[in-house]
Amino acid sequence: MIPAIGLLVGLLVGLLLDPAVPLWLQPYLPIAIIAALDAVFGAVRAVLDGIFNDKVFVVSFLSNVVVAALIVFLGDQLGVGTQLSTGVVVVLGVRIFSNVASIRRHLFRA
Amino acid sequence: MGSADGVAAWRRLVRMGRPRLTKANVLAALLATLLGVSIATQVQLTNARGLEDLSQSELVNVLDDVSLRASRLDQQVRELETTRDRLKNGTDDATEAIAQAQKRVDTLGILAGSLPAHGPGIQVMISDPERQVTGPVVIDLIQELRDAGAEVIDIGGVRVVASSFVETRDDAILVDGHQVQRPIQVKAIGDSKTLASAMTIPGGVVETMRQKGGTAVVTEVDDIRVTSIHHRTPLVHATPTEQPPG
Repeated sequence: MIPAIGLLVGLLVGLLLDPAVPLWLQPYLPIAIIAALDAVFGAVRAVLDGIFNDKVFVVSFLSNVVVAALIVFLGDQLGVGTQLSTGVVVVLGVRIFSNVASIRRHLFRA
Repeated sequence: MGSADGVAAWRRLVRMGRPRLTKANVLAALLATLLGVSIATQVQLTNARGLEDLSQSELVNVLDDVSLRASRLDQQVRELETTRDRLKNGTDDATEAIAQAQKRVDTLGILAGSLPAHGPGIQVMISDPERQVTGPVVIDLIQELRDAGAEVIDIGGVRVVASSFVETRDDAILVDGHQVQRPIQVKAIGDSKTLASAMTIPGGVVETMRQKGGTAVVTEVDDIRVTSIHHRTPLVHATPTEQPPG
């Protein structure tokens, strides 16, 4: 519950304050958000599976974000940043969808 | 797995959602807050994104898009301009062509004798009491007038054209089969000075008339009117070729 409230609060804060994103962070932020969302959905699924662990969530969240940013960085350095970003988004999107499907099955039996 | 499992899942979710003040939960909340801020920021950034925030490859893509669209629009503009010019010239051309054709018809009509004509020219009155002026003399007269550039010739009310013929029958002169009344009145349209001098030169028509006992009076007229027309005989054998030779 607290994380959910935190998410809402964060959204409001971001909307109201409109913080400036540092230039060096700009290419990585979108991918990082997708990765974090993947972690969040994974966590919800883990809760429903009964295997949720706070520590695992925090670590997976951070590692997801870092790895996503790293992939984008590496892609930019190699000159395939756009394609690699697309690939990452696709993979994470697929994972999010499968997690959401699992959550749905747990909660609605459908 | 029954429906009881579904209820259990909800219950599990609620239980996990209950506030627990563990370090990890606080950390998770912190991360969630961070995620919320990031999402909101990124959304706003994306919405407010100007060209200066784009990466080089994105800028190249944008530029490509723009130039592609520009070239497409350019092509469209060219096509439309071509169409417009064609339509505009089309009407102009048609009007011009009609005017030219009308002019040509008029010219040919005058030359072929199918249209009445007027213009500067001369009038020759030939009095011939002794009836010595015969067909050949009239033909000479016509040749002289033609040499002098006469565009329209009328002899005694008969329009003289390329196919005209002159014959003498029982002292009467016939042009294209029509008898010409004496005194013979000849009208010619052309440069009046040239025509008059062609008539009056030594050895010319006027002198010939005098030798034959007649008189020819040449009058220059500013605007002479030739109303006689030549009725074209339909062509039986000749048909025009598609292209004029040469």
